[in-house]
Amino acid sequence: MESYKADVVIVGGGGAGLRAAIAVAESDPALKIALVSKVYPMRSHTVAAEGGSAGVKLPTDSLEYHFNDTVGGGDWLCEQDVVEYFVAHCNEELTQLEHWGCPWSRTPDGHVNVRAFGGMKIERTWFAADKTGFHMLHTLFQTSIKYPSIKRFDEHFCVDLVVEDGRVQGVVTIEIGSGEMALVEGRSVVIATGGAGRVFRENTNGGIVTGDGMALAYRHGVPLRDMEFVQYHPTCMPGTGLLFTEACRGEGGFLVNKDGYRYLQDYGLGPAEPSPRNKAMELGPRDRLSQAFWYEQQKGRTIEGQHGSVVHLDLRHLGEAKLRERLPQIYELAEQFLGVDPARAPIPVRPAVHYTMGGIMVDGLCASPLPGLYAAGECSSVGIHGANRLGSNSLSELCVFGKVAGEEAARFAKAAAGNSASLLKQAQAVEQRLLGLKTKTGGSERIATLRKEMAQTMEDGCGIYRLAETMQATCDKLDELKERFKDVNVEDKSSVWNTEWLLAIELEYQLDVAQSMAYSALNRRESRGAHQRLDGFEKRDDENFLKHSQAHYVAGGAPRIDYGAVKITKSQPGTRAYGAAGEKAEQERKASNV
Amino acid sequence: MSENQRIIEIEVLRYNPETDKEPSKQVFDVPFTDDMSVLQGVQYIKDYLDGSLSFRWSCRMAICGSCGMMINGEPSLSCETFLRDYYPARVRVEALAHFPIEKDLVINMEGFIEKLESIQPYIIPKEARTLAQGEYLQTPAQLASYEQFSSCINCMLCYAACPQFGLNSDFIGPAAMALLHRYNIDSRDAGKGERMELVNSEEGVFNCTAVGYCSEVCPKHVDPANAVNQNKTNSAADYFMRFLTPKGGAK
Repeated sequence: MESYKADVVIVGGGGAGLRAAIAVAESDPALKIALVSKVYPMRSHTVAAEGGSAGVKLPTDSLEYHFNDTVGGGDWLCEQDVVEYFVAHCNEELTQLEHWGCPWSRTPDGHVNVRAFGGMKIERTWFAADKTGFHMLHTLFQTSIKYPSIKRFDEHFCVDLVVEDGRVQGVVTIEIGSGEMALVEGRSVVIATGGAGRVFRENTNGGIVTGDGMALAYRHGVPLRDMEFVQYHPTCMPGTGLLFTEACRGEGGFLVNKDGYRYLQDYGLGPAEPSPRNKAMELGPRDRLSQAFWYEQQKGRTIEGQHGSVVHLDLRHLGEAKLRERLPQIYELAEQFLGVDPARAPIPVRPAVHYTMGGIMVDGLCASPLPGLYAAGECSSVGIHGANRLGSNSLSELCVFGKVAGEEAARFAKAAAGNSASLLKQAQAVEQRLLGLKTKTGGSERIATLRKEMAQTMEDGCGIYRLAETMQATCDKLDELKERFKDVNVEDKSSVWNTEWLLAIELEYQLDVAQSMAYSALNRRESRGAHQRLDGFEKRDDENFLKHSQAHYVAGGAPRIDYGAVKITKSQPGTRAYGAAGEKAEQERKASNV
Repeated sequence: MSENQRIIEIEVLRYNPETDKEPSKQVFDVPFTDDMSVLQGVQYIKDYLDGSLSFRWSCRMAICGSCGMMINGEPSLSCETFLRDYYPARVRVEALAHFPIEKDLVINMEGFIEKLESIQPYIIPKEARTLAQGEYLQTPAQLASYEQFSSCINCMLCYAACPQFGLNSDFIGPAAMALLHRYNIDSRDAGKGERMELVNSEEGVFNCTAVGYCSEVCPKHVDPANAVNQNKTNSAADYFMRFLTPKGGAK
């Protein structure tokens, strides 16, 4: 088995991984960086982010506003000290991207422009048309080429962490093109592998978003935090789940039911006004909008389509010219995939799984409880999203905490002792286990069948609204699927580009992550943010559940769930209200503070 | 599946380097509905008919650039090409032309990545600026001048379309040239001089015979042919200037 010695290993080449790699390279050019990614970095799912990235920019805005929007949007399950650091560093990081060439959309006088986004009091979403993630990712990838200390392992699939003497000391990889496995040593490891949305049936995510890094950390004893909080994005393409960005509504789009009625006004988000008002109606937060869809469906006020019920995203009043300028990708997606010209007809949409708020538990410096192991981006739970992420906070997170993770991992690597001599032996054991998965014969379970059953049961039990009974059924089903996985059949026995083998390994990651979500959900007997119950726990319960859930891996069994404290600094939990009710609540808060 | 389901024949060019001397075709009967892409057809094959079929894909929405294939001989993104447009005829899918096949529909793209890396695809700043000084000012018109060239998703359809790349795989080619041009004309950048050496070189723009098929197949309207041709003009001017100025050409 080949081995390669780096100082810092970064797993994942999306926005967070690339930003971390650059941070390591800039903090000390002598450090050798191994950037391991199962795809070429520009394929990473950051590429699909559309609407924009938050950072306080306008003179009418303030860090305090961004903080309040984020903490309230997260239903107070945020680490407030971490949010404070975050909002204070967004602008700087987005400016850094500007210096690196990101083609941000501009105002007529040449400054970076900002747009409105859901749950944000003031316009603060930097955007590059409606391809913001694409441009950020390509800017970071292309900029990373400048740094000779970043050695990329493109299309190398990470299959395990190597832990010895109580600290992580590297990873084991499969070179996809050859099937060869290797040990990549490092004195610290940053996980930046993205989310896990593919464990659900209808989702906006790319095929690669399978929770790999979450499962790896989890299996090595690192808790997955707040995994029950899974974001449904309210405006997605029926069937495929492809995303129509929140910027559609930021630019002034309406959501209407089968009667052409802007139904959000019936759900505490009104009043309905002809143009978008921040933190009201269509610019409410995602959890509330997806929940409103669910109620409209119950009332029979949605439209029946080939792929289930839909409502209409109406952009017609914005006119073709503005749509082509601000939302060109949305325009093409509607035309090509749905045959709808959005300047002339409304777009049918329904909610789909979009984002995992929870992830690998890390502190504000991106350090996990396992020494040497750091995490950043969607795979991590650094504490800024709480129970519901606000749109455009995640792209900023990639940069702000990608940088922190890189700098901290560099610092750790420099201070750490040399690596143990016996790592290769451990890596060889991993190789034997995984080759066994491929070479064994006589299995009777198809990968696709198990995957589909997993995705369906997650949707059934852990959807927009949840019941103990269905969540329990999902937990049971996942236990069954894990058992059946032992009998999985990998038909392809070859070495070169054996993607069936990789799919089997990914499915095993997904089953672990799905379990952490379902059991965490079942155990949270309250409703908060994206976790909403209809079985006697309809209210938020701060007394018992103003706590982070922590799922601990138990080999061969159900995860053990315990709870950790939430860091509250300056914002005491309050009523989460939007629209006119939100404005009233804010005035009352202000009055009571004087 | 719904009652609107029909069956289409998908012919796939298969190649397993561990067992096959050369690629050969294999035909699958795939049930499909009107909204299914060619990618979804190929995924159906992998999920239910033959798990050993290999291909790259991820985003499903024409932005990650992974799933380029020859579809009935045309370089296409399989996620935004629809089976209904071929039915009832058979649809033929093959690995992208002009690249070595690694397995089935997977091509070797290392050469392309090396080209991308070679053009210095990053801002070489005109004037250094600290973060505290804020952003560089760039007017919407300055942005518009390079924006389309920054929209390349690296799907390599243009290379599969380019007859010159087919003849000479060292040719820098459309996408890398478009990206080079993107940085050269960015108002924040001053790296044109360094990059023009490559433009002028044996692998540079003059390999292009202005067929223009690259721009036709581009799914993102990058128009690489336009970038290549603007650089032919630049290169000619640069060639001329190097005799007249002590610094040797490009500003």
